[in-house]
Amino acid sequence: MEFSWDYLMQGFAVALTWQNLFWALFGSLIGTLVGVLPGIGPSSGIAILLPLTTFLPPTSAIIMMAAIYYGAMYGGSTTAIVVNIPGEASSVPTAMDGYEMAKQGNAGPALAIAAISSFVAGTLSLVGLTVFAPLCANFALAFGPPEYFALMLMGLSLVISLSGRALLKGLISMALGLLAALIGQNPLTGAARLTFGSVDLMAGVNFISVIVGVFAISEVMLNIEAEASAISLAGIKNLMPSWADMKACIGAMLRSTGVGFFLGLLPGCAPSVTTFVAYDLEKRVAKDPSRFGKGAIEGVAAPEGANNATSTAGFVPLFSFGLPTAPSMAVLLGGLMMYGLQPGPMLFKSNPQFVWAVIASMYIGNVMLLVLNLPLVGIWARIAIIPFPILGPIIVFCSVLGTYSIRFIMFDVWVMLVFGLVGYFMRKLGFPIAPLVLASVLAQMLETSLQQSLLISQGSPLIFFTRPIALAFMVLSAISIVWGIWAQAKRKDGVIVEETDE
Amino acid sequence: MGKSVKLLLATVVLSMFFLQGLACAQEKPFPTRQVNYVVCFDPGGQSDRGARIYQPHLEKVLGQKVIVDYKVGGGGALGWRELARSKPDGYTFAGFNIPHIILQPLQQEVGYKTEQIVPVMIFQRTPLGLAVLNTSPIKTLQDFIEFAKKNPGSVTVGGSGSFSGYHMATLRLEKLIGAKLTYVPFTGSAPQMTSFLGGHVTAVFGASDDLTIHRDKLRVIGFAMDERFPGFPDAPTLKEQGIDMAEAVDRGVAVPPGTPEPVIRKLESALIQVAKMPEIQAEMTRQGFIPMAMGHDECKAYVQKMTAIYKDLAAGIKK
Repeated sequence: MEFSWDYLMQGFAVALTWQNLFWALFGSLIGTLVGVLPGIGPSSGIAILLPLTTFLPPTSAIIMMAAIYYGAMYGGSTTAIVVNIPGEASSVPTAMDGYEMAKQGNAGPALAIAAISSFVAGTLSLVGLTVFAPLCANFALAFGPPEYFALMLMGLSLVISLSGRALLKGLISMALGLLAALIGQNPLTGAARLTFGSVDLMAGVNFISVIVGVFAISEVMLNIEAEASAISLAGIKNLMPSWADMKACIGAMLRSTGVGFFLGLLPGCAPSVTTFVAYDLEKRVAKDPSRFGKGAIEGVAAPEGANNATSTAGFVPLFSFGLPTAPSMAVLLGGLMMYGLQPGPMLFKSNPQFVWAVIASMYIGNVMLLVLNLPLVGIWARIAIIPFPILGPIIVFCSVLGTYSIRFIMFDVWVMLVFGLVGYFMRKLGFPIAPLVLASVLAQMLETSLQQSLLISQGSPLIFFTRPIALAFMVLSAISIVWGIWAQAKRKDGVIVEETDE
Repeated sequence: MGKSVKLLLATVVLSMFFLQGLACAQEKPFPTRQVNYVVCFDPGGQSDRGARIYQPHLEKVLGQKVIVDYKVGGGGALGWRELARSKPDGYTFAGFNIPHIILQPLQQEVGYKTEQIVPVMIFQRTPLGLAVLNTSPIKTLQDFIEFAKKNPGSVTVGGSGSFSGYHMATLRLEKLIGAKLTYVPFTGSAPQMTSFLGGHVTAVFGASDDLTIHRDKLRVIGFAMDERFPGFPDAPTLKEQGIDMAEAVDRGVAVPPGTPEPVIRKLESALIQVAKMPEIQAEMTRQGFIPMAMGHDECKAYVQKMTAIYKDLAAGIKK
């Protein structure tokens, strides 16, 4: 794939036809909607719409489905900020500071910065996709099982910073997440684990069920208990972020674009992973990390930028190798194949007008989403004042529908409800939930890459230290763990010990 | 007298109803309402694409709507367990894969047995081919064998899943060439091919459609087929190089056990009619598959034959 202005201009010519503009807008709207609704994610959205799009020409259909994917990245932040329930797995870290901002009456600026950050990161990543796709594609290939293991280990080391002051509780929460992820078949050998002879349990615990359960269901339960009349009682004071806020976030937006884009080139690094990394990075570079978790606006900008960067980056391996990086991408790949388009190196040669039209439409779609999201900030923020007796059942309904639509089995719904209970008790007892979610997201890749690496090296763990990229990640995770524990220890010696705060 | 006339009339009327009912049943044979085609893998995957290619044509031939439904999990096992428990009336059928339905019950209790998946027809074959990167110093199967013999265990062969066709192919090859190989399983063909293209495994047993996608980056040193794969006319088979093994993933349609013979035959003829359509065959070929039209009886015999082959191999791994 060689970049050329000619191709890009031709792409815009196709993307700017009325028909394609309509489908980009339609996809953006559906994407925002599935993003806003907790539980219902882009992969289910695309999968459900896929068979209905057969009457469309391939370019329009793929433009629409791509728009659903990146549109969902815009929508996911809404409920995360307003009612502390991430609309998507990719907006879990957004809730940590976003909801705090909302509680302080700043839901408007939080939503606005989420939209702006999404737009900035989405557009910058598109430039990356447009211009550097061939280089980026090779970057993805440099990652073999040992590099993945080291990267996932580094991901897991974020638990320390996500745990706040309750390190022990954070580690317990992480262990619970890893344990839950072990249920079902070993992803490589297919051997049944922790199934107690039940064939149902062999399906395994899907991390979407875990996320929806611990966030949506437990939040609803807590509100029932509190006899809440509305989930967020804080008024909405202002809608747009101030210049100071914007300035504070520029760095976060750029950094999260970099993190989200490069990690997003790797299969398996879905937005649900990269958002955590971006959030953690912001916390590390902040002058005052203690503001995080208490309504730091960078804590909203970073994950929201990262998930858009990641979703765009995923198109690089999809188009250039035919390799999906996330479940939604796999469905999109299926869509391409159904239309008789074979992704891979040949796609750019045999169907350049198609590829460039889709890329051009993504620039347009991002503008549409910014326009859709910014003026509508006020409307989204008002979700918070929907009376709880109405909003609560809607959330539960969407959660059931959303978890069922992942694999179309009831088992996932039961798992979601069980994790609703788990989340409820964890919150009551002051256990941080983020480590559990992170662990359940990372567990499978962590395990499979470890097994594969040791097979390749014939059992020698040296493989993680003799390959430069793997070594770099191993060193980073070691630093992260040591530094995290040291910082904890130092705080214990000092004056500020607020375990009760958690 | 009056009473018996009434009785007679009643009998006649009743029998007429009965006959009419019978006539109805004869006039409108299976299917009289929509049928469900259960796909046991993710939307957009190979099984789903196969189903989607068939769906519109099958609707025309059967004269009823065909709804594609998903039951995903356990590498297909969840959907097949559902199938085995479904009402055997032909209104629910599912896509099935060989060797999956043979190997899964051999490995452990998965809630169904191979015999409970009654094959109606097989429409597609995806042969596996042993491939290396085109930059690899290994040029031929002979090079590969020599290299493997000199470096026992350090030659890695990537595949998708354990107890899968890829795994079996590697084990069979290992036995036939008499050198130790290390099989590295991946969670699907996408990560398998990524790792292969990045040079993280020595070789792969790749599915023909994946090999077709990446053909300009790799060299197939032997297809596990009896004759050459039409999409790669220059690539030799393993058999012509003295390694007699064939390994493929076959996809077809199956019904629950106890489905009446006429219903199976009806579905079989409808599916074969679709399979023989030139546009279907062209589409399958283009995507890198071999279009097939193997009927019910032939499928049953084929499943039995493959079960015998896999039983020994599976017993070997479990030890």
